[in-house]
Amino acid sequence: MLALGQDEIAKYPFLADAGQYLKDKGFTLDQFGRDPDLKDLITKAYERIQVAADGKIYKSDLVGDQVSREAALPREVFSFLLAIVLLKLSGMHTLIKRFALAEARRAEKYLEKDLANISDESKKQLAIRVIDDLFSVQIEKIDDYFVIPVSDYLKHSINFHEREWKLINRHVENGQVFLTPHETVRLIRKELGTYINSKIVNAKTPTMIPGFEDHVNKLVMLSKKFSTFTVTTGEYPPCIKHAIDVLEKGENLPHSGRFMLATFLLSKGQSVQQIAPLFKNAPDYNERVTLYQLNHLAGTSGSGTQYSCPSCEKLKTQSLCFATSECDGIITPLQFGKKRK
Amino acid sequence: MKETDTKFLESAFKKYYFEHFDLIHVPQRTSEREFGYQKFNSGMTRHISVKDDKELHLLLMQNVPSDVYCSNAYYSFPNLPMNEKDWKEADLIFDIDAKDLNLSCRSNHTISICNECNQISKNSDQCSKCNSTKLEKKSLPCKNCIDASKTEVLKLSEILINDFSINKNDIQIFFSGNEGFHIYVYDSQFQQSGSRERSELVDYIMFNGAIPEKFGMKKFKPNRNSFPDFNESGWRGRFSKYVYGSKSKRSKIISELLVNGYSSFQKTLDDVSEKIGTKIDPNVTMDIHRIFRLPGSINSKSGLTKILCQDLEKFDAYSDSCFISEESVEIVANCPIEFKLKNKKFGPFNNEKVSVPTFAAVYMICKKLATIA
Ligand code: SF4
Ligand SMILES: [Zn+2]
Ligand SMILES: [Zn+2]
Repeated sequence: MLALGQDEIAKYPFLADAGQYLKDKGFTLDQFGRDPDLKDLITKAYERIQVAADGKIYKSDLVGDQVSREAALPREVFSFLLAIVLLKLSGMHTLIKRFALAEARRAEKYLEKDLANISDESKKQLAIRVIDDLFSVQIEKIDDYFVIPVSDYLKHSINFHEREWKLINRHVENGQVFLTPHETVRLIRKELGTYINSKIVNAKTPTMIPGFEDHVNKLVMLSKKFSTFTVTTGEYPPCIKHAIDVLEKGENLPHSGRFMLATFLLSKGQSVQQIAPLFKNAPDYNERVTLYQLNHLAGTSGSGTQYSCPSCEKLKTQSLCFATSECDGIITPLQFGKKRK
Repeated sequence: MKETDTKFLESAFKKYYFEHFDLIHVPQRTSEREFGYQKFNSGMTRHISVKDDKELHLLLMQNVPSDVYCSNAYYSFPNLPMNEKDWKEADLIFDIDAKDLNLSCRSNHTISICNECNQISKNSDQCSKCNSTKLEKKSLPCKNCIDASKTEVLKLSEILINDFSINKNDIQIFFSGNEGFHIYVYDSQFQQSGSRERSELVDYIMFNGAIPEKFGMKKFKPNRNSFPDFNESGWRGRFSKYVYGSKSKRSKIISELLVNGYSSFQKTLDDVSEKIGTKIDPNVTMDIHRIFRLPGSINSKSGLTKILCQDLEKFDAYSDSCFISEESVEIVANCPIEFKLKNKKFGPFNNEKVSVPTFAAVYMICKKLATIA
């Protein structure tokens, strides 16, 4: 992990080890619930989530604020860490996603500023190191540009569908792509969101802390605003329905999810041509690649091996399973609706 | 194919494999590769692992395959089914084929074989005997085809070396054995790139998907400042050299481009793609699970060997890749077009019994234009 200074943790609070940070500062979570002086930090944390839920970026105390830096810094980090505690206690995934996204945007602003900082070399170096550590993108500075290896660039750029991100529309020289600070940070936007999201998802859920209940309940209410109700057709298992939903919303479905969906539908006798349009809304849709991948899975090209749909157990480990009682007793999504106890 | 013809090809191929072990080697990191082969008149056998040259030679002698393949990918378990192989990385590969170059010579040396009545005629859309439109096309590529393919290979290498900083020594060029070239790139930064990344590389190399803004033409308030300079590197430089023609014409041409406007500029880009984009087969480069023809093996479309080109310029495809024996054989040849192998001219043959060297007989039988008498 990176060794971080005070204001760096405030800018990139997701880099801190939450438990350790609190301990270092001499606090316990219980105190925040009890101590009236600390309690308004929970309100602050709640507001931080609320702003994110509205799709806005949390206005940091760090910029042009009257609060003295000394006082502001820990508050800034605390409100982030407490927000995570609240989110975990509420268990509301829609909010976690929104929060992660908004926090990513916030961090993005700082990263960009730090990269472009010509007066403070150490700030720039930190931003470069954050990007390298988190996303294994090695950045080098040449004149006013940040250059990264073409292969690293492609790993990220293939997730964009705007033509300006195509390699052909980039300055490529000596195996490297030249980017502005803004483009550099934009390139890792999605991964930054995913990183923060997974950090929250993987954080341990504490047991309810006295003094936190009110805000947790408010979060549950808040999340109702965002939950969508999907009409069930009773045909496909929940995992498959979920995957189709994600794609229809134009959101990104991880590779493992696409693999599951494609192999499932192929096993149900659908053709590559029937399945391909499902992926049209995906942020990284590319017809040629989609057909290639589907044909590969279907065994109509190359290997000739047809891939089978993963087991429920495997899908559970990939967080693709959304089991309902109807899934009882089956071991693969293909058995859904067939086998009854 | 007739039994006697396959027997003949098998024995010719076997002789080649027996006498030319020196040309056929397993690639680096052999144990991580998947091998496959095809026998005459039968399907593909894949998911094989081979230990070393000796084991490969044994496989060739025992099975006498019509075609032999090896993966550009490296796997932990190359002989397991595809989803259990555990893909590690893959060399970058490119296929340049004369048939994709829209060459004008092509119609002169294409033959149509009717699927209904087997009538053989010069290139046409309809069988001259039964009017069927179900035709199989066979091309007997000419020197022009090879020269044009070589030009594409040079364009590709230039991009690989200059834009992608690939070491010249890490590029190997092979004649495919039929009508094009296979290019391998080893140890590049793209070893672990997936097919989506490789598809982007393909578009870069082919000059697909360029937008006017990146080549100087803005949609709103366009001005001269952002147009590429003559000596710029990468595609902006290649664009300049092609579109301006010379340094001195730059200013004049930019004025014209500005007058013609944005949408006309997009057409200019499409034209650049067509004229100076490198014509590679996108499917080969983006396929990271492919088994690709093994260097040193015979291409059963022609009986010629897929062979390394040490000096591309001097490489004489239809001589340097022909290793089948000179021994004369009698065939019935129906080949309406003249072709050249090992600097000797053959044909045209009008369904006649002729004596030709084995290599020419093999060539025509592979193309389905002759049978053993
Ligand atoms: S139990 Fe199986 S079928 Fe049901 S959602 Fe999970 S993975 Fe899908
Ligand atoms: Zn006919
Ligand atoms: Zn030709």
